[in-house]
Amino acid sequence: MTRYIARGKDVAARTIGDELMIMSGRDSSLFSLNETAAALWDAADGATTLESIVEHDICERFDVSLEEALADAEALAEELARHGILEISDSPIPR
Amino acid sequence: MNAVLASREAHVRVGGVCVALRTSSADFDRMLHERFGPFMAPGGEADYFFDVDVVEPQGEAPDEDVRVWREAGAWRIERGDFRAVLDPRTRRGRIRQVANPYSVDTLLRIVHTISLADEGGFLLHAASVLRAGRAQVFTGVSGAGKTTLSRLAPADAAVLTDEISYIRRGRGGYVAHGTPFAGELARPGANVSAPLEAIYLLEKGPRNRVDPVDPPVAARALLGNILFFAEDAALVRRVFAAALDLVESLPVRRLTFVPDASVWEVL
Repeated sequence: MTRYIARGKDVAARTIGDELMIMSGRDSSLFSLNETAAALWDAADGATTLESIVEHDICERFDVSLEEALADAEALAEELARHGILEISDSPIPR
Repeated sequence: MNAVLASREAHVRVGGVCVALRTSSADFDRMLHERFGPFMAPGGEADYFFDVDVVEPQGEAPDEDVRVWREAGAWRIERGDFRAVLDPRTRRGRIRQVANPYSVDTLLRIVHTISLADEGGFLLHAASVLRAGRAQVFTGVSGAGKTTLSRLAPADAAVLTDEISYIRRGRGGYVAHGTPFAGELARPGANVSAPLEAIYLLEKGPRNRVDPVDPPVAARALLGNILFFAEDAALVRRVFAAALDLVESLPVRRLTFVPDASVWEVL
């Protein structure tokens, strides 16, 4: 299934040291993303599919298989979406 | 029988921000003076103004979590024992509560959180101690040692609070102010302020030592201990930015300590 992801509107984010810290404006939950997860966040423009992001922004930069990276990315995206940090949709998400 | 007068106005000034509380209950007014002692201001201009409706107890539950949200432009604040509304444009509001000090204490913490967020500051679960003209802040969850460290402070130090620290960003850097918000010491802090030198993350251990803390660890610890009530995205962004700005500008260290007076030798 094709899925698109976009950065949530009500979030605060900043890189501190080597971590990307993101706080949900909806429920104040705090996430700290490593470099791989931050690559997913950076590429979440609403127009690129999750599969394409994983293939080009993660697998080509980090030593990880497509299958493994896709499974991890889907789990992370769903967790972030539960807190309004990411949006997930079957169709492109207007920005 | 409660003595009732037409109107009394108590001014509570913390961190230079004055909240006026107007009530018709002389008993409530007296309780405010007992509770906030050194932070009672003689009068004059107030930054925020609340009418206080003191009601009879009806099985309220002050142990519930407080809810803070914005509705039609106004802040709504509710817990089992009180209900308040604040118009941020006029800075005027009303609180309906039973005659206990905990409701107004919580209200003041929320008002100062909202006020400080506009200035890059926040309230932090932390003890603050002023010594040699500089303030040190010691943050941690309940049981981490905030009150212990405050009790062990040397005679030449002033405890600004053993529970809730007030941190404001000014032109010359960060400043810690005393607060009336007490923990186990059960007494208001000293009503003074000083430039903030460092923040320590508290941890009890077999010996006293101070260690540097990586910025991401410091940021997570601070964000976990900042008083944060509101379901409001704009406020979340301001508090988040304030915490991370501080981590990028001030030393944050870990203080591992033995709970006796020797801890002050490593500070």
